[in-house]
Formats: sequence, structure tokens, C-alpha cells
Amino acid sequence: MSKNEFIWNRKHLIGLRELSREEIEFILDTAKGFENISTRSIKKAPTLRGKVVVNLFFEDSTRTRNSFTLAANRLSADVIEFTEKVSSTRKGETLLDTAKNLEAMGIDIVVIRHSAGGAPKFLSRNINACVVNAGDGYCEHPTQALLDTYTIRKIKGSLEGLKIAIVGDIAHSRVARSDIYAMTKLGAKVILVGPPTLMPSQVSQLPVQVSYSLDAVIGEVDVINMLRIQFERMGANPFPSIKEYSHYFGLTVERMAKAKKDILVMHPGPINRGVEIESEVADGPNSVILEQVTNGLAVRMAVLFLVNQAAMAKE
Amino acid sequence: MAKNLLIKNGRVIDPVNSIDKKCDVLIVDGKIAEVGKIESKADMVIDAVGKLVLPGLIDIHVHFREPGDEEEETIASGSAAAVAGGFTSVVCMPNTDPPIDDATSVEYIHRMGRQTRKTHVYVMGTITKGRTGEQLSEMGFMAQAGAVGFTDDGSGVQNVATMQRAMKYASMFKNIVLSQHCQDNSLAGSGVMNAGFNSTTLGLPGIDPLAEEMMIWRDIQLVRKTNMRYHVQHVSTAKSIELIRHAKKDCLPVTCEVAPHHLLLTDDHCRDYDTNYKVNPPLRTAKDIEALKQAIREGVVDALASDHAPHLKSEKELEFLAAPFGIASLECALSLYIKALIEPKIIDWPQLASIMSEKPAKIISVDKGTLGKGKQADVTIIDPDFEYTVDVERFHSKSKNCPYNGWKLKGKVEYTIVGGEIRYSAQGI
Repeated sequence: MSKNEFIWNRKHLIGLRELSREEIEFILDTAKGFENISTRSIKKAPTLRGKVVVNLFFEDSTRTRNSFTLAANRLSADVIEFTEKVSSTRKGETLLDTAKNLEAMGIDIVVIRHSAGGAPKFLSRNINACVVNAGDGYCEHPTQALLDTYTIRKIKGSLEGLKIAIVGDIAHSRVARSDIYAMTKLGAKVILVGPPTLMPSQVSQLPVQVSYSLDAVIGEVDVINMLRIQFERMGANPFPSIKEYSHYFGLTVERMAKAKKDILVMHPGPINRGVEIESEVADGPNSVILEQVTNGLAVRMAVLFLVNQAAMAKE
Repeated sequence: MAKNLLIKNGRVIDPVNSIDKKCDVLIVDGKIAEVGKIESKADMVIDAVGKLVLPGLIDIHVHFREPGDEEEETIASGSAAAVAGGFTSVVCMPNTDPPIDDATSVEYIHRMGRQTRKTHVYVMGTITKGRTGEQLSEMGFMAQAGAVGFTDDGSGVQNVATMQRAMKYASMFKNIVLSQHCQDNSLAGSGVMNAGFNSTTLGLPGIDPLAEEMMIWRDIQLVRKTNMRYHVQHVSTAKSIELIRHAKKDCLPVTCEVAPHHLLLTDDHCRDYDTNYKVNPPLRTAKDIEALKQAIREGVVDALASDHAPHLKSEKELEFLAAPFGIASLECALSLYIKALIEPKIIDWPQLASIMSEKPAKIISVDKGTLGKGKQADVTIIDPDFEYTVDVERFHSKSKNCPYNGWKLKGKVEYTIVGGEIRYSAQGI
């Protein structure tokens, strides 16, 4: 199918596992068109004028949330910020009640972040508004993976044939899962790197390689994505100390010396300097961490635009 | 109530007496008077041509939620569901609120059961006070009050020394079984489904099969030492059943049960985050189902038990992570076993009758599970080929958390006769 014929018809963006290569590429191509809005003197397009976007965040977030808010603003949508602590099972408002209440206010798009895997899917089954997943448990974080692949594509031209290492806590990472789906669909080879205690169950069934040695992998990859060690998810003590973790899996200046000269260093943020990545590397010439943030805006504008368009077409 | 009840021309199956033939059953004064060709008159005659006449079905694992969660189920609503499903006896689990951990509570369950006048209602008490896994509960007093066994169901007794003490202590009482929900919490963690590729892609914490297998292995070693009669609830994995098979080969007093969902559903069903598939132990894999069916074929499994676990729609209408565990299936359980075991010819009808009546009766030490002369007349009459569509809205149970809704199943309960009284009839009573 040529890109011109392709019609985007999803009113929800729940995850990248269910998306085809064509769909992912279509979002990235659409994002390219939105990139220049940020460089204009009047940073606004009327695309979503009269639409209401709600940021429904049950987990703390700074960059994803602000990025979505700014993306919606740039498209002239009205934005409601809604922050909740996850409700308990029997008392308090349930997720479903919250969503129904918001829907009663006439919202068009729900951007949801939730600590439970599947919460966006659950929501999409139960309300009429568009649902965009801004991260659910350790299931998926589609817009992060879209901005990651967008950034790689922009610099390297394509992901076809690239070797990409994703390093760290794979087990509890929604970013890793969405990255795996997006990157492999776009033709890259993905190597997961981390201690066995941070690998998910039956990881070998994913279309990836697994390595427990960053030193063995660092010399051969074109891109390295350093996941944040999420201390809040570390209750089970998966490694003895931060010092030992950094020793084996930290991206240090010393390790960078063994890497390809044009390696891209990525991180979904917020970074723990000196834990998974040394400051000199995070701020160094190979780092594209801040470009990721910039590109996130264009990608999220594209996603909001596309789901809204699909919803309008269905009406 | 008719004093005499004659069931004519059904296929009468009574594994205890090796009966499987077309004949009649006469019930007099609530007891089985005769099985065979019977010409005598009766106050009431049931035409059972084309039907199966079975010893009353027994489900040794149900949750009727009373006391404490009467909005989900009561002994009355659960009992109505039981007889509609063909069950003449059920065993209520003690993980109520408060838990059934003393003789008074045991008596309360019995009383409510008697008042309801549907199915026989038995109960297990907890192994530990408050079901906390620490202090032993008064198993002697509860046994005297009629508790048929003990379990901390909902969770297993985690501490090895406590479980050993429970087995040693309980071994001095006759006709008592210790029953365990096998799951090592340190391994199961906060898991909500089977640990595997599906849990990885769904981003949900998994429960490793090892969590179940470790506790079964552990408890079998304790049985070896104490010789206490021990029952494994809702076996869900291939390795679990392998451990039990070995224990039986060693002639240890170990029995086990399997639930219908572990014969029909896999963790693939969780892919849509439908919380009606959230159950503990979790749905496993096709490989596990095959192993369980093979074990049933070989006679390693002693009982089929629904683990009927009712929950309100509002409780299940949550994120998969937050929703409670449990499937309500009592009313269609028989049909589910037919689908899982009879239709694919894993076992035949006498074998099914054995693990739905004879052997469960033995596990809970009640004089039931047979159509032998002089026994209390608990009889289930079914039309095995009648096909219907499961409709949860027609359930007698208060809860509708049933993933089989809309399934086409075979096997219709025509009559459920308890102590000689017709307590359920498909035509209405």
C-alpha cells in the first residue's frame, strides 16, 4: 500500500503491539508535518479548535503530561488537567466512574496514565471519547516509543538494519515494551540488556536478543536506550546495590570509548545521573536526550490529530 | 412431599455399586429403597427415559460469602444456584468476613443451610484463627460441630512449622481432611495472572506456577511425616499434578480437585483484560490443561470442584490489577465438565459420576455419593444431550461474574432430589 492511499482509522492509541508498520510510519510521517509549528512565530494550528482534551493522570508525570498539554494547546484544543490517586477497589470513585463523569462534560480525547496495565484499554471499551495511552503500568507507553523511533529516523534516515540496545529494568518498563514493538516493526534488531532479575517472564518469545553484559554489546550497537532505574518499583530488591548495578549496566565514559563513534544515546527521562548514565555521557555529543523531548511534542500533536480525525470520520 | 417417588426408565449410574443400566429407582421416606426393574406403584413417578440418573452431585469447593459479603452471595442464593446446577451437597469455604474459625460459626452455616432447604450445606473451618496463618484454630470443636475439614482457602498456610503443627494436631481427629490453597506468597508476590509471555505483553505481574508447586511439594513432605489426610484444592499446573501423582504412588493420603476453568480456559483469555478471567490460581496454558485432563483420565484427580467465587459486577468492573479474583460457575459447572471431559471422550459417565459424587463424598467423609439401598436419597437427573446457551441473567446466584456467558453447552439438570425431596425441577416446582 502506498502512503498516499493509507487511511488512519483508529480513534484510540492503546499500544504499538497492535499497530502495523504502515500505521507506525504514518504517525511518524504525520508528526514530521507538525514539527515546524514549534518554530513559527505563532505556534498554533486550528486543527483541534473546539475540542476538549483531558489529561487524566493517575501517576506522577512531568514531561509526558506537559508535552501532551502543550501538544493539545498548539492544536488549539481546550485542556482539562485531572490528577487522581488510584482509587481503591471498594471505596472511592472507580476509574470507570471518573471517566463517565468526564465524558458527561463533553470531552473528546482522554489522555490517560495509570499504574495498572490495561487501564487505557478498559477505558476505551467503556467510553465514547478517544483514548490515548500515556503509559499504563508496565504494559505500554506508545508515544514515548514513537518519539524514540522518530528521533532515530530523523538522524539515521531509517531504522532498517540498525542494532539497538535497550538497557536496564526491562521487566517493569512500558517504554521497553513499546520500543520493542515499534523498533522491530521498523526493521531494527533489538538487544535487551540487564540483569536476569529485571527481565520479564518468557522474554525470549519477543522478537529480541537478550544479553546480560553491556560490555559485550556496547561495541556493536547503533543506538543505546538507557532506561531509568525506577526506585519506586524496586521493592523486591532485584540487584544488591546501585553501585553494583552501575558497575555492570551504567553507561560510563569508559564504556562509551568502546562504542561506535556515531552511536545515539537515548534516555526516556527523568535521568538518574550517575546511576544508569554518567553526566558526561548524558550531556555528551552522542546524547539526543533533549531532542527526544522536542520531538515528543510533534509526535503527540500527530497522535491527537489522528485519533480525532478517525473519531470524526466515524461519526 | 410425596412419601414414595419412583424414577422410571432412566440410565441409572452408581459407580459404588458398579451399576450402569436402564432401570428404575424407588425412593421411600427419603431413602433409596430399591434400584432395578420396579413395578410397584408410587405417589409420584418421574419419567426418566433418555435421562441420566446419578447419585447427587457434590461440589466440595464453593464460596457463598455469608457471613460478611451477602451482597455477592448468601447461603440461600448460593444453595438455589447449587440445586439448579444439580448439586445435592456443597462445601462452603471459610474465607468469609469474619472467617469460619469457631464452632459457633460452623453451626451458623449449617443452620442457614437447613433453613434454606435446597442443597446440603457443609462447611470447612479455617486451619488458623482469623485465617492469618499463625495460631491454630479450634479444629476439634469445629469438627464436633460438623465441619468436614479445614482450610485457609484464599491463601495457603505460609509458615512450614505452622502447617506441620496443624497436620500433626489434626491427625488425632477422625474423618477430617486438611485442605490447602497451594500458593507460596513470596513467589506469587502481587501477581494477578499466570506468569508467562501473556503477562509480559499485558504488563501485568505474574504468578509463577512454581508458587503452587513449591507448596504442594512442601505439604507432601509434611504428609509423609504426619500421615495426615491432605487435599490439594484447584490444581492448576502440569507439575503440580505430577507431584500429586507421585505422592499417590507412594500411597500417601493425598487427594486433589480440579476446577472447570483450569480445564477450559488459558491465560490467552486474559489478553483483553476481561476481569471475569481473573481467578486464583490463575488460568495457565494449554499444556497444563492437557496434563490435568490426562490425570483425570488416569484417575489421579479425585474431585471436580467449581471454586464458585461470586463477585459483584461493580467489583469486577475495574482495572485487571484491582479487580478481585474469582469465577462464578456453579450453575453451569456440570455442563462445563461435560464439555471438557465427556465430549472429547477423556472419561465416560460412570467415571464422571465417580469424581463428582462418590469420591468427593469420601474426601469429606460423608455417607453419600451412591444410590445404594438405604442411603439418603440424593439424586440428580439430567438430560445429557440438551443444548442451551449460558445466560448469566438467569442465574440464581447473586453474582454474574461468569466468563462462560453466551457459551453453547450441553447437559440440562432436570431434577435435583435432596433427601428424597425434589428441590429443583427444570419445569419449576
